[in-house]
Amino acid sequence: MFLRVLSDIQWRAANPKWRRMTSSRRSTSTTAEPHPVSLPAQAQVVICGGGITGTSVAYHLSKMGWKDIVLLEQGRLAAGTTRFCAGIVSTARPVSIELKMAHYSNKLYQQLEQETGVPTGYTKTGSLSLAQTQDRLISLKRIASSLSVMGIPCEIITPKQAVQLHPLINIHDLVGAMYVPEDALVTSANVSLALATAASRNGVQIHERTSVSHVTVQKGRVTGVETDRGRIQCQYFVNCAGQWAYELGHSGEVPVHIPLHACEHFYLLTHPLAEPLSSSLPTVVDPDGRIYIRNWQGGILSGGFEKNPKPLFTEGRNQLEIQNLQEDWDHFGPLLSALLRRMPGLEALQILQLVNCPESFTPDMRCIMGESPTARGYFVLAGMNSAGISYGGGAGKYLAEWMVNGYPSDNVWPLDLKRFGTLQSSRTFLRHRVMEVMPLMCDLKVPRWDFQTGRQLRTSPLYDRLDAQGARWMEKHGFERVKYFVPPGKDLLDLDHSKTFYKPDWFDIVGAEVKCCKEAVCVIDMSSFTKFEISSTGDEALENLQYLFSNDLDVPVGHVVHTGMLNEKGGYENDCSIARLSKRSFFMISPTDQQVHCWAWLKNRLPEDSNLTLEDVTWKYTALNLIGPRAVDVLSELSYAPMTAEHFPSLFCKEMSVGYANGIRVMSITHTGEPGFVLYIPIEYALHVYNEVMNMGQKYGIRNAGYYALRSLRIEKFFAFWGQDLDAFTTPMECGREFQVKLEKGMEFVGQEALLEQKQNGVYKRFTMFILEDHDTDMDLWPWWGEPIFRNGRYVGKTTSSAYSYTLERHVCLGFVHNFDEKTGEELVVTTDFINQGEYEIDIAGQRFQAKAKLYPFSSLFTQRRRKDEVELSGYQTE
Amino acid sequence: MLAASCCDRRMCVCPGPRRIAIPVRSSRLPLLSDAMPAPAHLFPLIRSCEISRIGSTACYCHHRHLCCLSSHFAHSHFRYAPQKKFAALYRPKENFNHFIHTRDHASASQRFYLTPPQVNSILKANEYSFKVPEFDGKNVSSVLGFDSNQLPANAPIEDRRSAATCLQTRGMLLGVFDGHAGCACAQAVSERLFYYIAVSLLPHETLLEIENAVESGRALLPILQWHKHPNDYFSKEASKLYFNSLRTYWQELIDLNSGETTDVREALINAFKRLDNDISLEAQVGDPNSFLNYLVLRVAFSGATACVAHVDGVDLHIANTGDSRAMLGVQEEDGSWSAVTLSYDHNAQNEHEVERVKTEHPKSEEKTLVKQDRLLGLLMPFRAFGDVKFKWSIELQKRVIESGPDQLNDNEYTKFIPPNYHTPPYLTAEPEVIYHKLRPQDKFLVLATDGLWETMHRQDVARIVGEYLTGVHHQQPIAVGGYKVTLGQMHGLLTERRARISSVFEDQNAATHLIRHAVGNNEFGTVDHERLSKMLSLPEELARMYRDDITIIVVQFNSHVIGACQNEEL
Repeated sequence: MFLRVLSDIQWRAANPKWRRMTSSRRSTSTTAEPHPVSLPAQAQVVICGGGITGTSVAYHLSKMGWKDIVLLEQGRLAAGTTRFCAGIVSTARPVSIELKMAHYSNKLYQQLEQETGVPTGYTKTGSLSLAQTQDRLISLKRIASSLSVMGIPCEIITPKQAVQLHPLINIHDLVGAMYVPEDALVTSANVSLALATAASRNGVQIHERTSVSHVTVQKGRVTGVETDRGRIQCQYFVNCAGQWAYELGHSGEVPVHIPLHACEHFYLLTHPLAEPLSSSLPTVVDPDGRIYIRNWQGGILSGGFEKNPKPLFTEGRNQLEIQNLQEDWDHFGPLLSALLRRMPGLEALQILQLVNCPESFTPDMRCIMGESPTARGYFVLAGMNSAGISYGGGAGKYLAEWMVNGYPSDNVWPLDLKRFGTLQSSRTFLRHRVMEVMPLMCDLKVPRWDFQTGRQLRTSPLYDRLDAQGARWMEKHGFERVKYFVPPGKDLLDLDHSKTFYKPDWFDIVGAEVKCCKEAVCVIDMSSFTKFEISSTGDEALENLQYLFSNDLDVPVGHVVHTGMLNEKGGYENDCSIARLSKRSFFMISPTDQQVHCWAWLKNRLPEDSNLTLEDVTWKYTALNLIGPRAVDVLSELSYAPMTAEHFPSLFCKEMSVGYANGIRVMSITHTGEPGFVLYIPIEYALHVYNEVMNMGQKYGIRNAGYYALRSLRIEKFFAFWGQDLDAFTTPMECGREFQVKLEKGMEFVGQEALLEQKQNGVYKRFTMFILEDHDTDMDLWPWWGEPIFRNGRYVGKTTSSAYSYTLERHVCLGFVHNFDEKTGEELVVTTDFINQGEYEIDIAGQRFQAKAKLYPFSSLFTQRRRKDEVELSGYQTE
Repeated sequence: MLAASCCDRRMCVCPGPRRIAIPVRSSRLPLLSDAMPAPAHLFPLIRSCEISRIGSTACYCHHRHLCCLSSHFAHSHFRYAPQKKFAALYRPKENFNHFIHTRDHASASQRFYLTPPQVNSILKANEYSFKVPEFDGKNVSSVLGFDSNQLPANAPIEDRRSAATCLQTRGMLLGVFDGHAGCACAQAVSERLFYYIAVSLLPHETLLEIENAVESGRALLPILQWHKHPNDYFSKEASKLYFNSLRTYWQELIDLNSGETTDVREALINAFKRLDNDISLEAQVGDPNSFLNYLVLRVAFSGATACVAHVDGVDLHIANTGDSRAMLGVQEEDGSWSAVTLSYDHNAQNEHEVERVKTEHPKSEEKTLVKQDRLLGLLMPFRAFGDVKFKWSIELQKRVIESGPDQLNDNEYTKFIPPNYHTPPYLTAEPEVIYHKLRPQDKFLVLATDGLWETMHRQDVARIVGEYLTGVHHQQPIAVGGYKVTLGQMHGLLTERRARISSVFEDQNAATHLIRHAVGNNEFGTVDHERLSKMLSLPEELARMYRDDITIIVVQFNSHVIGACQNEEL
């Protein structure tokens, strides 16, 4: 209650024109009291939610010059989760974009008091993250690496150094710690109030006790907001409703799916110690004990992320109000044990309160921001996964940029609402998944970990067959995909559970699959890929696609084109393969998680009422990828058709019969650079074709393979994948794919201008392949992604993906090299010479390995027939 | 002296100076075992081996209730510290260890430490749960369901259990049966008794209907719906014989047609007495089939106690014969648990029972009737099914044995006539029936054989089952409020609460949970895994010394229905 009182005083002090209203409200607590300020009839932007995210969005929008903004709060400002949260600003985040948001928030809050005059309680205390195990220390070192290249002070210290920073810590079970001296503490409600104060000075209207019932959408655009106090017409709506965002999203006629779910979260407040704790003492995070501990008014505040979370509000808002949630000591017990184990000296400390503060969590532990794929102008910022204060400032900035400029200043795809679809918004799914996500906040995350809950939602018709043959599964966008096949007789039950930063147990299994792809033939079920069909009665399909895609699609029927779907800046919104099925219809294959994003992108840009049809046919086809030199033989035997390069050249597509099944769409692409075919099979034929392929393939040594083999193959071939290597801030020029762009195709296309400019002026980053030189696969830590790259000792960029190449017998990392000016840090043009004339090192958890940089794949190493790609590639090289 | 005092827990057969100990519990002895009869000529050989083996190891295979020691001693010590008692009695604790080691010299001494999953698989092997099905999402029965389980100490176990729903009348029947001198009688009673009770309860018209159906070869109305664990078997061979006896019973009931509505108390008493009578008659008449002939004799010469509950709405009848016990768990207004016993033990500790026996026999026998807390110095329960040795005249016994099969004839135990046997019958199967009208605060009923009651006080049973059934949900949440509580104090409190909860969570069955406590409780009343593991890993020969067969049924009542019934009456 103390926080609330504090907030009231400051809020009123800071807002003289609101004083009348606030004081009148304080006289009575009934909700029926009159609202002195009536709502405007219209506004440009309506923001729903007066917590840290809503106020941050309002603050940043108003700073960027948008003034006609209304912020609505159903209760009172900063009275929800924001009021209760622990107020820790921590920058130690594993995901790069989250790290940037937290870093920005820290800087913002630091100067906020000065800017607004509202005391925010900002104290730079630093933070200590403790490691009880070597694996935990490795994960801390990885974070430390990425922090230091960002210029954020950070060091890995010994337990003895840790106890000097915080005398209460028991260090007997620690192996090390990470110290981030610039992390801070704030009074979260006051930060929110300060942001609101600044926003209202900039003209934002703030209305408390106004709840939004639903948002009206017409013709796919937001038109207004219905509230309990009347309607406001608006162009933009921002859903910052925190744990109610899901419900609010579903309240309108056009549902906006915002997959998040609340869990109860507990923290403990104590009375001051006999000798009150200094307010500058660092915050302690003990992930192995699942707890965090900060100093609080001379005592401590300590909470954590238990193994058995209690999800709530699954059925939506009910009689349980956030303020009335009960303390649950039995539930908190394990965390209390962890606290007393970490700080045994606190035994005699007297309890003040156990606070129950619900937090919302998302299915993949990352927050949700961006525009709805179904309603333009409907923006969302929610699902902070208990780090609302750390992210709030930065997330608000990115969203404001997104609204004002059309896209934020950094790649936020990992946080984009469009990474989710309707399939993640089942209440049951969310309830189950968040019960896994919340403990994961503290769990050790090793390379290639997978979620265990909410699985087997989307599966290929071959799922059971593959599973029976030893398939081990991972999930992408709800779709089960095979990682690898455990050979019969090899009992590797614990394989799924082995957690390591080093060489994994499946090393030899995947090696055998890769070998088979190289020497014989393998089948990989790739049904998860997103598949669209675009057709028209006239030439509309071709005309529109020519405009939206960078490569020339006016190719003969039966050809397949690799092309980017670029934005105005020339960056990849999607990377796909398009087959021309007929003069007027096209078949488009994109990465699995493009299903929502690509659909929205095309829908928003294709003309409304033409003869053009766009259909999502992902569910209609099962895709089997036949990789390897003998794929030709298998397929020609099954179809009685010649499949050799003369009859079926590379990048070709034909409907043909395979076994008894007719109408199988066969394409000579493999997504790996290896020879082979992908078969797009209408699902009812899937089992038949699979059986035929496996039977016929037997004499050619066919076997099943999984995505790990595919990854190894594509990375050693320097194939970039969208979502991992490519994003909206990467152009074809920057990743050596100019050959996939037709700059002179006789008509304008999206991103053309930017690409022409780049072609003239050069690029500022370059996609490069690194071969680790002095890396011992058996003994050394394996690279993952996100490792800093050093050129001549200086930081130049980060890796985006990595894999062990069984052909080169080396690790291969892919990543971007920048050229930062030594003095100013300004980005300079990256030339081929710049890449080639450098000594490179890759930093894996603080240890640097020498690497050789290459701009083009080893074509000589792999003896294959020349493919169209490579022909064009070599042509580009000689330019 | 010790070597000579080998005896059954209930039935001591120590014919004084002859010092021939016949270990009734040993499954290898033919008469009392359930094993198929072996060729007769083998038996003398086996028996002599047995006897010599017993002779040398007699001091290790004593049963718990030693007839030659005061029962007081046996009771008070054994419950809490069997090992201590063992050592005190037989001196060498090393002997005990020695015995184990020589038997299992190959295996390491860790043999005794079962892992928790192993312990659970032993405890849960016989568990059974039944939930009364709901109609329209409502359970209209006063019984929510029951959990039952049994843990053997004898091999094979001599306890039996039964549960069934009456289909032609209302109500549910549940019973536990503790056999002695073998399990044949307990098995027969567990199969047959509920049919006798159900028939006794049937109205005249239904009996006629059934009889007509049998007469004309039509399908019979089903009388009982059994709720059986897969291990609870019915003997196929005897079903025809049993059916004929039952049919004779209902024919007599039809002829008797009193026209009055059936009183449950009377029906229970009649059924008990009639079944015991039929058991006795079948043994006297014999059967042309030699297997059946031997079976009916084994049934009659072994014995069984029975404790049966009949629940119909708010009317609860308990019919008890012997020393099993029924106990009601009552939740007081403050949430605490108390126990109400709904049966009287029929043994030497029950003064009324001793008095009853004495009035039934001439004064001259007063001194010999009850010796060493046993009937005629031999039998612990004062009422039981079977046990014709205590019911038939000496002439009848001799005649039946002589005309019986060789196995019977050669058996020392069956031939042996109890001392001071002048005015039979000394034993009856007539039950004492107690009626209780269920109240909303009556939450559950525990029926259990004496294996449970020897190790646990009824108050503890009520508390453990009560806390189990209500679960942790009802554990009052802790609130700090304005009190001064330190982190350390809170931590201690939570640890204690967690320990209590975790033992509850392991079991899905209240009976299993109770057995876990009965076998594994330490002096603080909490389950001690090490102790539990030791007790369960005892070899067959030793298990019997530390514990008896335990059979438990926990019936959970539906307070809402009971409350509604009560209100209707008001």
